[in-house]
Amino acid sequence: MSRIVVHGLEKSYGDARVLERVNVTAEAGEFLSLVGASGCGKSTFLRILLGQEQQSSGVVIVGDGPIVPEPTPQRGIVFQRYSVFPHLTAIQNLQLVEDFRSGGPFGRVFGARRANARQEAETMLERVGLAHARDLYPTSLSGGMQQRLAIAQTLLGRPQILLLDEPFGALDPGIRVEMHELLTELWTEHGMTVVMVTHDIGEAFKLGTRVLVFDKVRHDPQFPSAYGATITYDLRLDRKTRASSHHLAKVAAMVGTTRPDTAMATTAS
Amino acid sequence: MNTVSETGGEGMRPSRPRPKVRLRMINAKVSRGSALFLGGLPFLFVAIAYLIASAQRLAVNPSDKLLPSPAQMWSAFLDLATVPDKRSGDLILWVDTYASLLRLFAGVGVATFAALSLGVAIGFIPRVRAFLLPFVTVVCVIPPLALLPILFIALGLGETAKITLIALGVAPVMVRDIANRVMELPSELVAKAQTLGGNSWTMVLRLVLPQVMPRLITCVRLALGPAWLFLIAAEAIASTEGLGYRIFLVRRYLSMDVILPYVAWITLLAVITDWLLVRLSRAVSPWAHPVEAR
Repeated sequence: MSRIVVHGLEKSYGDARVLERVNVTAEAGEFLSLVGASGCGKSTFLRILLGQEQQSSGVVIVGDGPIVPEPTPQRGIVFQRYSVFPHLTAIQNLQLVEDFRSGGPFGRVFGARRANARQEAETMLERVGLAHARDLYPTSLSGGMQQRLAIAQTLLGRPQILLLDEPFGALDPGIRVEMHELLTELWTEHGMTVVMVTHDIGEAFKLGTRVLVFDKVRHDPQFPSAYGATITYDLRLDRKTRASSHHLAKVAAMVGTTRPDTAMATTAS
Repeated sequence: MNTVSETGGEGMRPSRPRPKVRLRMINAKVSRGSALFLGGLPFLFVAIAYLIASAQRLAVNPSDKLLPSPAQMWSAFLDLATVPDKRSGDLILWVDTYASLLRLFAGVGVATFAALSLGVAIGFIPRVRAFLLPFVTVVCVIPPLALLPILFIALGLGETAKITLIALGVAPVMVRDIANRVMELPSELVAKAQTLGGNSWTMVLRLVLPQVMPRLITCVRLALGPAWLFLIAAEAIASTEGLGYRIFLVRRYLSMDVILPYVAWITLLAVITDWLLVRLSRAVSPWAHPVEAR
């Protein structure tokens, strides 16, 4: 679908530098897992790819040209929270996609196109197992159901790039595994490029085709925010590396937050 | 717990024992019946206090005007509602009510429209915010009643001045409130809407308006209090009919038997309006009232 090229990216807030010298190229159809300690800037990196924030310097190329500095339908997003519209029922949330895409000045499609959009929404709702919840508002859906709805909604937008910001961070472990399966299936079906931020290293290894670790390499004890994080480790996953506990333990040690054995547990499940 | 010794005297019953635990005051639940009873108590106290005071005064001086008996008030009220006025032939209560409600709803309606259009624009579009927010913030702190003479001079003594006073009095606060609510929309939702292809205008239609609607209705409910204040103030100064006008007119004759029922009538109108707005909110934004909607 679309490749992403990032070269010499830097992001600062005033004096505080969050990211520096970030270079990465993702081929179309890759699944990038971003891991790193809390506050290391991986979510900032994702928000730059989304267009919600802009890099301080450096080049970001998405698809054929430089990134548009605002969110566009080219890049879909699923956040950890606030990912669906609370004032719309499940089916309305999905229909909204077509309404926004081709609804003109009313933000609404009518007639045969409305019927088509409804049909498409019904199909997608069934696909993610929410057919029974079609007329419920998000407040009456569980966390897992809300995230399923969010993913379905984002995919209906047919993005070339799917950005995931800790999409399963607030879910129970059992639901998480279910969501992993769903996401893998949908990714295989649609073949878009995926960039996922996660705290769960097991999840990163299980889903990604590549794991990127964000960390600081330079430290200034007098001024901790002088240097930002960069990509310190870039591991391509194939069948061998995915199963190797050695790599998992190595990444876990780098991130330093998750104990390798818990990470292993998630992978195994 | 000591519950066993309390019930133990008549032999242990096999049914589930209900331990009589003393809960903290903040945790003690109030049943529906006792809530009704407790809620009614203050009304009852005021009514009884009034009846006693009124009876005492009337016992001393039967033609006392300050604290009329319920019967006197009822007959005065009935006169105004059913007997045509000798001079104009109008049913005064209904003419007053119609005139006042028209002004009130016109003023609040204009303010609501301003709150929605300006509030959404200020909250959603940074350029409009930079342009208008400082101005609205300053206008907010002008005491509206101080503007009343200006309005009467500039717009004459007719309806326009009164409606403008109400609108000017409540609109700035409503505009600010709606703007704040729009700015509080989670940035995630706005970003998501953009990734789905929304532009500024369609996002206003499909995201911002539905999301601020419950807040707007709350805003109107809160604004109605000040709106009544401005209405009565404007009517007291320059008017020929209206609920506020009547109260201030009969004040000259110490006609408490008219004033008190009129105040009660205004209160009733305000309560009904408020109740209707709550119903409206539930009908328009069922998602914002999840518990009641079931």
